[in-house]
Amino acid sequence: MRHAVEHWQRWREDPWLRQLGYCAAAAVLIALPFVVDAALGRAWVRIIDVALLFILLGLGLNIVVGFAGLLDLGYIAFFAVGAYSYALLASPQFDIHWSFLALLPTGAFVAALFGVLLGAPTLRLRGDYLAIVTLGFGEMIRISLNNLNRPYNITNGPQGITLIDPLAIGEFALNRTYTIAGFTLAPVHSYYFAFLACAAASIFISLRLEDSRIGRAWIAIREDELAAGAMGINTRNLKLLAFAMGATFGGLAGGLFASFQGFVSPESFTLLDSIMVLCMVVLGGMGNVGGVVLGAALLTALPEALRYAGPLQQEWLGEVYVDPSDLRMLLFGLALVLMMLLRPAGLWPSTLRRRELAGGEEPRAGR
Amino acid sequence: MPAVDTPLLAAQSLSKRFGGLAALGGVSLAVKRGEIFGLIGPNGAGKTTLFNCLSRLYECGSGDILFNGHSLLQVPRHGIAALGIGRTFQNLALFRTMTVLDNVMVGHHCRTRSGFAANALRLPFVRHEEHATQEKARSLIRFLGLDALADSRVADLPFGTQKRVELARALASDPKLLLLDEPASGLNHEEVGELGVLIREIRDRLGLTVLLVEHHMSLVMSISDRVVALNFGRKIAEGTPAEVQKHPEVIQAYLGAA
Repeated sequence: MRHAVEHWQRWREDPWLRQLGYCAAAAVLIALPFVVDAALGRAWVRIIDVALLFILLGLGLNIVVGFAGLLDLGYIAFFAVGAYSYALLASPQFDIHWSFLALLPTGAFVAALFGVLLGAPTLRLRGDYLAIVTLGFGEMIRISLNNLNRPYNITNGPQGITLIDPLAIGEFALNRTYTIAGFTLAPVHSYYFAFLACAAASIFISLRLEDSRIGRAWIAIREDELAAGAMGINTRNLKLLAFAMGATFGGLAGGLFASFQGFVSPESFTLLDSIMVLCMVVLGGMGNVGGVVLGAALLTALPEALRYAGPLQQEWLGEVYVDPSDLRMLLFGLALVLMMLLRPAGLWPSTLRRRELAGGEEPRAGR
Repeated sequence: MPAVDTPLLAAQSLSKRFGGLAALGGVSLAVKRGEIFGLIGPNGAGKTTLFNCLSRLYECGSGDILFNGHSLLQVPRHGIAALGIGRTFQNLALFRTMTVLDNVMVGHHCRTRSGFAANALRLPFVRHEEHATQEKARSLIRFLGLDALADSRVADLPFGTQKRVELARALASDPKLLLLDEPASGLNHEEVGELGVLIREIRDRLGLTVLLVEHHMSLVMSISDRVVALNFGRKIAEGTPAEVQKHPEVIQAYLGAA
């Protein structure tokens, strides 16, 4: 362990090795969709795309829950707001077809407004009480989307909005398959790169904010709000900022989701989805950007990987005893319970990382 | 610009009720620039209530608080630190999962300005500001002898050390007035002695004014320039430590009526 830490530190300090590391990581990320396509099939590229969206969502929720310590159980509402903003302004629903370059920021901005809308009345609430209010907020958004088809049809109700425009620059649309020099660039590949760019940007922003005056102020509010106020931190504004920032990430992810699917309906934005994103944040390591990325990737891939439970039974036992879709949720739940029991602070907790970087030695005084 | 002889801090017939209980019943006091001012009184005398009114954690019922000649009652809670009032808390209010360095850096929050977007992009001036904040925090950590612990998590440190961290955090806001709420509680005999020396050193080297709430009589009496004694939310005595110690009402409050 100690050895690994030293390695890690040397790697961090040597600019040459670091450059090399970044280049290698970039090469792996660029090759990833094509390698996965060849090895596991196109369905898995799609899963990676979805995982990237969940990384965006997880990082957004991490600002609210992980940094500022505001338990939000209705986070998926911001994803919904972003998705519907995109859908309404880029579909035959109203026959409006804006460019995604305007739509993605619009969706993020509208979601941020909703974030402030949720944050403002709940400034005095914390913990369980805040959780209940945010849960209600999430349901309100979903039910509103479900019912805004009468008397004027805005959202098309439970049927949802179809034929949403894809991301497109001029003639180049991401939902078409291109063949470039023998290389097949399918929609899942193109979207992978678009999502990767957004996820990378959000990781970048999250990391910078975490290690900044603003990030420290958020964590201070999480740890002791009264003391934070006494240190001159404007707790009201910073909590609103956390809600708005978290919602911005959610709204951006929503817009990307709408363009990717070409279809949105209220049933994509249920309480279970909010809980899933929260699970990713908590399980990965609340407050730690790397942990959240890991959590989002794992929790997206795990249920998909468990689909193989059916064929494996067939192969090993001769017939399918337990329906894979039943087994899937059972094993998934079991995995969650086990992970929380074995690593209560998450797979990659933030304080551990801090201490590792500080040299691994922890003062034992006072014990 | 207020005249030099206006008190740095003046409470004017300050009252605060919690339901039927008058925690403060019209207390007035004036703290002069550069002095160490002790506030004593038995449990429930209203010392901490007074502190919390001063740092705007409580809304006080009536009366006024003047800092540098300006009323504090219209200042929002988060504006107090920027005016130059730093404080510590009776039962420690550190940010427990953060490192010592980060805790002290949070203390400097009110002296920095960079906003959210500038931090997300880490503009050059932010980098500069961050660097200056860190330098400031490190020099305070050195001043308080915490160098070796700068990167440890606060929750892992012993109580006495945490109290020092809290002091460093309060000093990081460049206060003119330092409010110390029972800095000696939970410290052993030796640590109390060091604390007394430290408080004087802080006053002399950083040119601060200190308002001190303390139960530890020998500490208050040895370092304070002036002392006020409270009991049941009223001021019962004021003067030099020697005068207050001999005051009959003070003796009665602490030892009970004969």
